[in-house]
Amino acid sequence: MLDIKDLRATVGDKEILKGITLTVKPGEVHAVMGPNGSGKSTLAQVLAGHPAYEVTGGSVTYDAEDLLEMDAEVRAQKGVFLAFQYPVEIPGVSNAYFLRAAYNEIRKARGEEEIDPMSFADLMDEKMQLVEMEGDMLSRSVNTGFSGGEKKRNEILQMAVLEPRLAILDETDSGLDIDALRIVAHGVNSLRGPDRATIVVTHYQRLLNYIVPDYVHVLANGRIVRSGGKELALELEARGYDWLLEEAVA
Amino acid sequence: MIETYLKGFEAFSRNGGAAAPSWARSLRLSGITRFEELGFPSTRNEDWHFTSVAPIAERDFAPLTSATSGVSAAQLAPFTFGGEGWHTLVFVNGRYDAGLSSAAGLPDGVSVLPLARAYDELPLLLEQHVGRIASIDAHTFTALNTAFINDGAVVHVGKDIEVARPIHLLFVSDAKAVDGIAQPRNLIVLDRFAKATVIESYATVARGAGAYFTNTVTEATIGEGATLTHLKLQRESAQAYHVGTLDVQQGRDSHLVSFSFAIGAALSRTNVYTELRGEGCGATLNGLYLGDDRQHIDHQTRIEHIAPNCYSRELYKGILDGASHGVFNGKVYVHPAAQKTDGKQTNNTLLLSERAQIDTKPQLEIFADDVKCTHGATVGRLDETSLFYMKSRGINARTARELLTYAFAADVLETIELAEVREGLEAAVLKRYTES
Ligand SMILES: Nc1ncnc2c1ncn2[C@@H]1O[C@H](COP(=O)(O)OP(=O)(O)O)[C@@H](O)[C@H]1O
Ligand SMILES: [Mg+2]
Repeated sequence: MLDIKDLRATVGDKEILKGITLTVKPGEVHAVMGPNGSGKSTLAQVLAGHPAYEVTGGSVTYDAEDLLEMDAEVRAQKGVFLAFQYPVEIPGVSNAYFLRAAYNEIRKARGEEEIDPMSFADLMDEKMQLVEMEGDMLSRSVNTGFSGGEKKRNEILQMAVLEPRLAILDETDSGLDIDALRIVAHGVNSLRGPDRATIVVTHYQRLLNYIVPDYVHVLANGRIVRSGGKELALELEARGYDWLLEEAVA
Repeated sequence: MIETYLKGFEAFSRNGGAAAPSWARSLRLSGITRFEELGFPSTRNEDWHFTSVAPIAERDFAPLTSATSGVSAAQLAPFTFGGEGWHTLVFVNGRYDAGLSSAAGLPDGVSVLPLARAYDELPLLLEQHVGRIASIDAHTFTALNTAFINDGAVVHVGKDIEVARPIHLLFVSDAKAVDGIAQPRNLIVLDRFAKATVIESYATVARGAGAYFTNTVTEATIGEGATLTHLKLQRESAQAYHVGTLDVQQGRDSHLVSFSFAIGAALSRTNVYTELRGEGCGATLNGLYLGDDRQHIDHQTRIEHIAPNCYSRELYKGILDGASHGVFNGKVYVHPAAQKTDGKQTNNTLLLSERAQIDTKPQLEIFADDVKCTHGATVGRLDETSLFYMKSRGINARTARELLTYAFAADVLETIELAEVREGLEAAVLKRYTES
């Protein structure tokens, strides 16, 4: 489904991703862990098509197509979704309008009819329940004045509505209390299926108790320094990252 | 040229002007005298530093005198917001059109009249206020307007009366206005505890016909505890020139809520001036200007805090595209006696093209020591992070740009309480930025 080969990326003159190789198959959940500044968000943003990052080497294939050739909106229309580490506030655009515009564009790209407002309202009711959000947030501007937790839940709401095939969650767990964490995990798990895949970027092992990964990768200084099963996350929780970094340097 | 107006004044005094009461005739004389002394402002004049009026000064605009109009009610529809039961006075090329107007259903104690009738029906009110609020000393266009006082609207709301429906003063120009100047002179008087909404619209029903000049002055006085909502909507044709001044005096505990929407004209200058003369007043001055092509859109506001314990709130936003040029000059004077003044001014401009330009100049002059006054101005382009966020949800680049542009204007439009106007302008702005 997703095939990343020796991916290199820079911002300005600084190389941040220094050759990343990662294969994700349908149905799998991959966790990407690593210390702050190791390049996790950069990897996520590059996959979503952020123009500030320049890809200087390697390739990314998504469903047999060259992902890096696609504009950000085309990637989304083809089923790639990034839950931002720092969701963006858009004053003046209501959540409802934003979500419906996105939903309809994605349907259009799939050759489906636009949804009528009534059916969309029903869909929203269902998805809002999933992430335990109140109805009034729909009329509020996108993320504007939202608490940190509300923003993260709003990302999951968007994901639940857009039903991506490849979901990338960038530290969606950071700053959440245990209840919010449970809600977020429930939202993610209810979207799992044999045809979909998830990349969970996280700094902590905690989230992985709820979203159980098939593989865990440790990113350090722009490289994957170790990959393993879910037990690797527990080891990291117990021992921290330093031993891995030292091994990587040695 | 100045001479054109001086000659025009002589002809005017002999014909149309003669019918007015003597105080009005001497007021006009002081107007033309002052205009001759001041002439047209150059950009060395600090009030006109960013706006050259050469395109106006170099042309000869003849006074528009024809009292007959060929404009139909259907042609007005785009400018009336479908307002049911509104009290509407229509002026065509600066002259009152009784056939198109309808001020029926006004409560007792409320007058909405053309100036000529007000001379007869409200002589004392006029003499007491006209020319007493708008100063000609430093304002050459007000002096010019004063010289040619002849037509316009008079609104008087008596004590304790709330006018439920909006009063719409609609000034339209058609092809006959080309090469001409219309100079409406309006007066709004709200007695103690009165409340009213007055919309002043300037529009063109014959787009592309040619250049003309609107030079309008509205004087308003808001009595103790009264509230005036004033919406000025400037939607003249792209060939038009427009200078419009609203000059307000506020009594104790009164409120002014002003909104200026400017989208039209090749060159426009809108002045909104208010004096907070009694304690406990409030003034809210908001506005939205949208420029494109080579349009020049200038706003000057002046809030004079004369009495203590008053507040003023100001939010002006602009969206400039093409090679358009916006100007915002917001003056706030706090007089020594105006302690506890609470003032806030904001001007935000969104530039959609490399060639678009804004000059923004907040001007706070504070002579009292116990006040809270802030101002801020931003100039920016569409936020790349927001654009990326929208695209990452599948929204295409063009739609994302359009949505963000509209969103920029949305919050200031939301401040318009009158639903018909708010929704009408929202739709107009949405259409403008989503059909390119
Ligand atoms: N837009 C940017 N401009 C400059 N430096 C950046 C930018 N984005 C990321 N970086 C730098 O790249 C490195 C990796 O950042 P990031 O991918 O955010 O790490 P992580 O998500 O693992 O904490 C950091 O040193 C960060 O300062
Ligand atoms: Mg990060």
